[in-house]
Amino acid sequence: MLNLNIKNKISKIKILLCCILLYLLLQVLLSTGIINNYWQQIICYAGIMTISALGLNLIYGFTGQFSLGHAAFFGIGAYTSAFVIKVAHLNNTFYLILGLIAAGILAGLIAFVIGLPILRLRSDYLGIATLGFGIIIKVIFDNADAVLPVLGGSRGMIGIPKLTSFTWVFVLVILGVVILRNLINSAPGRALISVREDEIAAEAVGVNTTKYKTLGFVIGSVYAGVAGGLYAHLYAFLHPSNFDFLKSIDVLLIVVLGGMASISGTIFAAVIWVFILEGLRVVLPEAILDWRLVIYPLLLILIMIFRPSGIFGSREIKFLAYHEEKTK
Amino acid sequence: MSNFLQQVINGLQLGSVYALIALGYTLVYGIIRLINFAHGDVFMVGAYLGFYAILRFHLPFPLALLFAMLGAALLGIIIEKLAYKPLRNAPKIACLITALGVSLFLENFSSLKFVFGPNYLAYPRPFPVVNFNVGNVTISNIQIIVFVVAIVLMVLLQLFVSKTKTGMAMRAVSFDKSTAQLMGINIDYIISITFGIGSALAGAGGVLYGIAYPQINPFMGIMPGLKAFVAAVLGGIGIIPGAMLGAGIMGMVEVLTSAYISSAMRDAIAFLVLLIVLLVKPAGLLGKSSIEKV
Repeated sequence: MLNLNIKNKISKIKILLCCILLYLLLQVLLSTGIINNYWQQIICYAGIMTISALGLNLIYGFTGQFSLGHAAFFGIGAYTSAFVIKVAHLNNTFYLILGLIAAGILAGLIAFVIGLPILRLRSDYLGIATLGFGIIIKVIFDNADAVLPVLGGSRGMIGIPKLTSFTWVFVLVILGVVILRNLINSAPGRALISVREDEIAAEAVGVNTTKYKTLGFVIGSVYAGVAGGLYAHLYAFLHPSNFDFLKSIDVLLIVVLGGMASISGTIFAAVIWVFILEGLRVVLPEAILDWRLVIYPLLLILIMIFRPSGIFGSREIKFLAYHEEKTK
Repeated sequence: MSNFLQQVINGLQLGSVYALIALGYTLVYGIIRLINFAHGDVFMVGAYLGFYAILRFHLPFPLALLFAMLGAALLGIIIEKLAYKPLRNAPKIACLITALGVSLFLENFSSLKFVFGPNYLAYPRPFPVVNFNVGNVTISNIQIIVFVVAIVLMVLLQLFVSKTKTGMAMRAVSFDKSTAQLMGINIDYIISITFGIGSALAGAGGVLYGIAYPQINPFMGIMPGLKAFVAAVLGGIGIIPGAMLGAGIMGMVEVLTSAYISSAMRDAIAFLVLLIVLLVKPAGLLGKSSIEKV
């Protein structure tokens, strides 16, 4: 027992050291200019997609609630953070935390209000309802300038301070992973998984399914909101079309390709997904650049035909794995 | 009042096109429980086939319509064989992602320069537009053609499903796949037929959409596709009259919102109606709510 504890601690320290080393390595490469600004932006984008996809994995992979409206919460977070920072003139990278907190809170609140009624629906019907919600939110973004001119409406929102740095993204990805892992290994986490496995059986053994479905949905949407906040301050420009139905699909693709209910799969797939889309842009010769968006869906179809349960299935690398309580 | 009647006619025109797409969704969903996201893009391909049939091959309108329907049906069957059939026993989400992949592929492949090209094209009118005045309401020959074609196709579909042996097999498969198989029904054949019929209807919808709203591009299928699917859910998915009712409501809501509230809000209102219906009657307007057994 004692031995096990010490082993656990040592492995945790090893993981921590690995993270710090990875961070230092990337930071050195960035500051010496070996990785240029363009690729830095792409690395940050991969991190942002990871956070957002972790949120959807909690909603869909772990809790089993099919959502096709994840980009709406991402967008709510992006606009909230951009609004708070721009209106309050918080032009300092440290104040980004305020924008992100606001983004997370608003996304979570809206998820709570919308989730309570619609989470009664099952599988495809829930997917359609969230899709409808996503489209309504996009229409609201399109017309937001009628109420708040600073949001720009369908012309897009400009002049957002560029505050997102590689450090912010890296720290938040690690934080997001650790929080999700600990949540899944806790009692509420087991309740979430029980809802996915069999809602009726979960209800029968006393799990308040409405409560846990809403909990999963709200936390997942907070992830999306925070990721959206980072996104807003990475590109400094927001347009409603960045948050449409197809963007919700992108996140769903990452979750399914990586493997449902697999944290490591989601991280892996998010990074691969961003780099394949960008990488094809670099690798392909000019003449067939248009083929980039033709090759990508073909890859998708092939992966699904040959590995229908995603790249990782529901496996995890060891540190992230779901631990059975060893009490003897 | 006459303005209102005019808008109702416009709404019915849009609703007829939605109905043709929605029927394909509802048939496929009824049989393999798959939201076939590529269906909207089959609709787009149908519109382009009609475009080339009229402009390049100078076919008369009925032949162009038939050409588009056959082409779309063939495309639907090929998609099913290549992409969905290998996944018959895979998790449902894998099929859904594949459907999305097929959809993205069709859109982006069609945008390539040597296929349809990325630009908006003006749809040729196969005949001059004539307006008839009935009282204070104007109705064009195009609207009449849209109504007539849509209604004829829907009646034919209803007859096919309810009167023929293949139609009976389709109903049996949608009711219970494994029992139907035990009764000697060839499931693969029925699924192919279903995809063929659904896609042919979408192809016809594409041509009608093209002559009614004369502008097409490779991404034109996304929104009508989504709305038609929503219409099918609204009416009760898997139920043929439900798809027609839902499509009528969607078309009407959209046109009336543009006319009396604001055209910017029309998508929002249409999907709001969907959310409300789903919350009040989760199985759709004509759907029977099933009792959950443990």
